[in-house]
Amino acid sequence: MSVTHDARVQVRPATAQRPALRGWPEINNPAAWIVAVILLIMPLIANGFFLIEIFATTLILGTMALSLMLLAGYAGMVSLMQLTIAGFAAYMVAVFGVSGNANISLGWPWWLAVPMALALATIFGTFGGALAVRTEGIYTIMITLAIGAAFYYFTNQNWAIFNGHTGINTVATPHFWGVDWRADIPFYYIVLAVAALCYFAVEYVSRAPFGLALQGVRDNPRRMAALGFNVNAHRVAAYAVASFIAALAGVLQVWNYRQISPGSVSVGACIDVLIIAVVGGITRPIGPYIGALIFVLLRTFALDFLVKIGLDGNRFRLLIGLGFLAIVFWSSDGVIGLWQRWRQSQRPAANRAGGGGRGHG
Amino acid sequence: MTRFVERHPAWALIVIIAVALALWLIFAVWPPGLEDAIGRKRVFLNAVFNGITLGGLYFLVASGFTLIFGLMRNVNLAHGSLYLFGGYIGYAISASTGSWILSFIIAFILTALVGVLLQVIVFRRMEGQDLRQTMVTIGLSIVFADLMLWACGGDFYQIQTPNWLIGPIELPLITAIKSSGEPVYLRYPLVRLVIFAASAVIGIAMWLALNRTRMGMIIRAGVDDRDILAATGVRIQVVFVLVFALGAGLAGIAGVVGGTFQSLSPGEDIRFLLASLVVVIVGGMGSIPGAALGALIIGLAEQLGSVYIPTYAIVVTFLIMVVVLALRPQGLLARR
Repeated sequence: MSVTHDARVQVRPATAQRPALRGWPEINNPAAWIVAVILLIMPLIANGFFLIEIFATTLILGTMALSLMLLAGYAGMVSLMQLTIAGFAAYMVAVFGVSGNANISLGWPWWLAVPMALALATIFGTFGGALAVRTEGIYTIMITLAIGAAFYYFTNQNWAIFNGHTGINTVATPHFWGVDWRADIPFYYIVLAVAALCYFAVEYVSRAPFGLALQGVRDNPRRMAALGFNVNAHRVAAYAVASFIAALAGVLQVWNYRQISPGSVSVGACIDVLIIAVVGGITRPIGPYIGALIFVLLRTFALDFLVKIGLDGNRFRLLIGLGFLAIVFWSSDGVIGLWQRWRQSQRPAANRAGGGGRGHG
Repeated sequence: MTRFVERHPAWALIVIIAVALALWLIFAVWPPGLEDAIGRKRVFLNAVFNGITLGGLYFLVASGFTLIFGLMRNVNLAHGSLYLFGGYIGYAISASTGSWILSFIIAFILTALVGVLLQVIVFRRMEGQDLRQTMVTIGLSIVFADLMLWACGGDFYQIQTPNWLIGPIELPLITAIKSSGEPVYLRYPLVRLVIFAASAVIGIAMWLALNRTRMGMIIRAGVDDRDILAATGVRIQVVFVLVFALGAGLAGIAGVVGGTFQSLSPGEDIRFLLASLVVVIVGGMGSIPGAALGALIIGLAEQLGSVYIPTYAIVVTFLIMVVVLALRPQGLLARR
């Protein structure tokens, strides 16, 4: 047991970058600045469809997957319930706020409903995490999947709070300072701001003492326990942080679609979040966003593309599944891993041999 | 058993009282006050029997899942897909030949074959990397689900029950006393009882095979420590393939059973995957008796829950899982 743990520590590339420990690594990276500028001036380039359906959706899904990346990459716990937490927050916004289903919604203003939803979803996720950390490794997937599936079936059955399989429709979106914040451009900036906040928060956490302890727990829980760290408390705290991030994404999602139904918290959707994170790569916070972009582009254009080359357009999920299988087979670091490997093969100096290899928590 | 009583006298007492109460509820003629409080006895008995037979079905699915996990540490999240695949095969065979028994045999063989292919082509290449294996099974379940949707469409299918099993049978359980003093007996569909008996036979046969044969001894040794087993000269890869074939084949049989007394449609794969997950979490991973106990508990909870608290039935199942995880995280009957 401990032997394999030690072996895994040595092949892990992302944590070995010593200089990145101080300061923000983005500051010296021109690519990061270019991406940031492009994202900021996006409303000048893209029209409403691209802005919301592609980029805002990517950022929302990416933020959900980011919460999974935080758990899987830094704490070694693959949780399939991140979408469930987001969906729970979305439901809570609909239940406490204003919606078309007046018999269910309490009609609170958004600035009360949203903190309530965030708090409840964080509690829900932390509770689920506290259950999941009772067991280890592979069991975590099973328990979180069971929680996600149970929540899906529960929302389908329950009419008093979740309005059964029709869900809650025409959820109100915030209006203040004379701006309709669900109009395309303001909404894009809200989403961008939240995504950036979450991204930098996760990156900060990964270098803060808490995040370092978490990575220690991932690599060798026994040694960390011997050093006096409370292993389970760190894990539950990681779930709490990840739940909050997922809940933020959930609030944005319900504003985006203006409705929430059990279909959006189905097991397939839970697994989609895992696919996004794994395809993008779960060793760095940027991975989930790359994965989300690929996923959203595929989801939006695969149908047209498949029809164009003479295949059945409904086989989009087959394409996603095969792509996911290919990524899992050949690169356990996702697209980031592929890219790193490609860059290394371009640079035959081999100053960092053995990096970018396999092995994630 | 005796050790359990010695070590946990309080728990043993609670279990004995619960079992006695359940037996009394099933066999006794209910006093009028009780019928007023919780409804007719016929409804209760039907729910109990539905729960037990559903538990039989869950056991068939979950036993393969837990067997594969126990030996290979492979959480096969494509297990639900194997169930649905077996069901569709069974439907095709029974619709074309009209033979119900034949559909079981062919479904078993074909799903076992898929299992062998999975083990040989996919899982053997990533032995020991359990997280990666699990990811692969997730990808496979997506691909399988879409392929089956492609081939069979989104319709509901139900496998025809053979003629000799159609119709109810009268059981020697009194549901009520008529005003004339004549007892009313419970009538229950024969096919469900036969299927339950068959799954019980399969379960006992598996237990005997695991505990009384040489092959079973090898498998149990593999569950405990497969490296040492391999070092003693057992061809462990062959054992892996056989166990995977058996587990997958059981899922295929369960698919035919599920197609007979429920129906087959896209989404059933996830439902039965969830059922087997909860069953093995409750019963204990890798333990066949655990799977049986877990399946019984979950089946009963689901059916009784859907009769007495309809909108919260799934929460009961979930709460059972939470309580087990809180009190005994390794599962009720797991050794470790």
